[in-house]
Amino acid sequence: MLAFTIRRLLFSIPTLLFISIIIFGLLQLAPGDPMAQVPLTVPPEVKQKMREALGLGAPIHIQYIKWLNQFFIVEPQFLIDWITNKSFLFSWLPDTQLGMVYDVELEKFVRQQRNISWQTRSPIMDIIIQRIPQTLWVVALAYVVGILISLPIGIYSAYKHYSIFDQTGTFVTMIGFSIPPFFTGPLLIVIFSVTLGWLPSIYDTTHVVNDWASFKYQLSQMILPVMVLALQTTAQISRYMRSAVLDNLNQDYVRTARAKGLKESVVVMVHVLRNSMIPVITVIALGVPSIFGGAIITENVFGVNGIGQLLITALFANDIPMVMTITFIFAILIVIFNLIADVLYGVLDPRIRYD
Amino acid sequence: MTDRLSDFDENDPYSALRDKEPPRAPRNHWLDVWDQFKKHKGAVFGGGFLIFITLAVLLGPYIWSVEPQKLDIRNKDVRPIWTSIWDSSAKVLWHRPFGTDNLGRDILANMIAGGRASMAVGWTAMLLSLIIGATVGILAGYFKKLDGFLMRLTDLFLSLPILPLLLVAVTLFRQPLRANFGPEGGMFILIVVVVGLTSWMQTARIVRGDILALKEREFILAAHSIGTTSSAIIWRHLLPNVISPIMVSATLGLAIAIITESALSFLGVGFPSDFPTWGKMLADAVPRMEEYPERVLLPGVAISLTVLGVNYLGDGLRDALDPRIRGR
Repeated sequence: MLAFTIRRLLFSIPTLLFISIIIFGLLQLAPGDPMAQVPLTVPPEVKQKMREALGLGAPIHIQYIKWLNQFFIVEPQFLIDWITNKSFLFSWLPDTQLGMVYDVELEKFVRQQRNISWQTRSPIMDIIIQRIPQTLWVVALAYVVGILISLPIGIYSAYKHYSIFDQTGTFVTMIGFSIPPFFTGPLLIVIFSVTLGWLPSIYDTTHVVNDWASFKYQLSQMILPVMVLALQTTAQISRYMRSAVLDNLNQDYVRTARAKGLKESVVVMVHVLRNSMIPVITVIALGVPSIFGGAIITENVFGVNGIGQLLITALFANDIPMVMTITFIFAILIVIFNLIADVLYGVLDPRIRYD
Repeated sequence: MTDRLSDFDENDPYSALRDKEPPRAPRNHWLDVWDQFKKHKGAVFGGGFLIFITLAVLLGPYIWSVEPQKLDIRNKDVRPIWTSIWDSSAKVLWHRPFGTDNLGRDILANMIAGGRASMAVGWTAMLLSLIIGATVGILAGYFKKLDGFLMRLTDLFLSLPILPLLLVAVTLFRQPLRANFGPEGGMFILIVVVVGLTSWMQTARIVRGDILALKEREFILAAHSIGTTSSAIIWRHLLPNVISPIMVSATLGLAIAIITESALSFLGVGFPSDFPTWGKMLADAVPRMEEYPERVLLPGVAISLTVLGVNYLGDGLRDALDPRIRGR
């Protein structure tokens, strides 16, 4: 199992490199010049110097390697610094100061050069770290809610196969599959905030939770985006759960369990459930990155200023370093969760050990 | 046994061999598929709705000949005709059955034009992704040498973040393509190519799996032994046998393509602003949805029903084309 995990981990390196080449190449091919905003009064030779300083004249492979270096070596050092210095959980650790390098000319420690957003002129990773909590709150909560709703639905509709509950469940999941989030979002806003006036339609990210009333407000503004995202999750996972339970209910071991006089609840909730969770858990792991992708639209509808919205604004502002970084973060998420799904499959199902 | 014996006629010894009723015409494979398909009510409704919406957007402009871009500023913000049922003071006009938008453009005409764009993008992107997916799948399944490489490639494509990459590609290549093919043509090519290039992987996987199983069957061995060339085996023997998984993934592809196009339009990176698509109409209507909810509902319901219909159609096709389920 360990050998498999390591092999799988090693294979994810070329995958990530391939994705990084695609993202890098796509943005290299793109029209648009970072020097376009420089005033015309700047003389051409100064412009040329500025280009060289930005590394624009360098051959493409040098640019690519520098970008990789920046992304995989320099930025993680700053991330570790941030974790040991400012983060909520680990600030008790000694401050690492990995991002500092000794400058010989100035004879003191200075910060390393970081990836800078063209739009805000501040380090990209800092902005992303500011934005991630909003995305995570909404997305992660939606995912958990979706899973909690979909598992019982899936189990029950498989157990009562072709009953009215099952038919309704199938219909509702079909609807969940078919209605895109950019329609459910406005639809829910029209119903719950315009017509009924129960919930706020825009997510207020500056809202601070410090007492019971503000906590209630925070909950109420999270309900709509979470519902939109959870509908998709529920539709998908309950389908998988249903078919997995259906497969297992016809197995011989279920008949044996019933024949030896176990209660129906034990048969379903212990014997069948444990076996049917194997494929479902991998599906759950595989679905995490796609829910981040779906969150781009949901964040846009409700005005949650998470990383999805950051990507959209960066795209419109032609902020290429930011776009590259966010896209690559999405890619890393996909690769990591694919890895987790594969390893989980091996751990949960001893028949499928890949050695 | 007893009625067999009672049927036996002493004078005509061959009568027992004769059929008592005229033989039924041999059943065609596709007739069986159709019979099974008819049993799935959702699929029949879905297919019917897809045909209806396709015909509506194709023939609609000839029946409802109002120009979608024509501004009628005096009759702007007209509500749909059914609003007058509960709100008698609402501004409705009989020659604007779906109402008009904030510039006085007729919404019914816009819905038809928008549906045309959405369906055209959906069908073309689906065809492109099918062609790529089926080619990759057949090549990977049939030629062992290509299998490793092509399937690695498929895995790599599966781990690309699709929506962010789509957004990036569309924003970046909008200008050059617009310059070459015109604002609408360039955007059409871009969206179709980008959606097609990023959605072929499932088809390729399914087709490869089927080809791998088919390759070991006797009829392929027989074809090999009489010296049939590889291309003839693929065209004549393999392709007709994998047509059912291809059809099922075609429906899924159509649904994905329609949703992706609408999502891009909704995020504001799709077609130019004077070119209506359902996603764009929805996005334009969102800021004023409190006063005019129907402008969000109409395109949204159109997208959702089309995709729902396509999904049900795919569900029914999967059952109908699976010989293990058919006949039960």
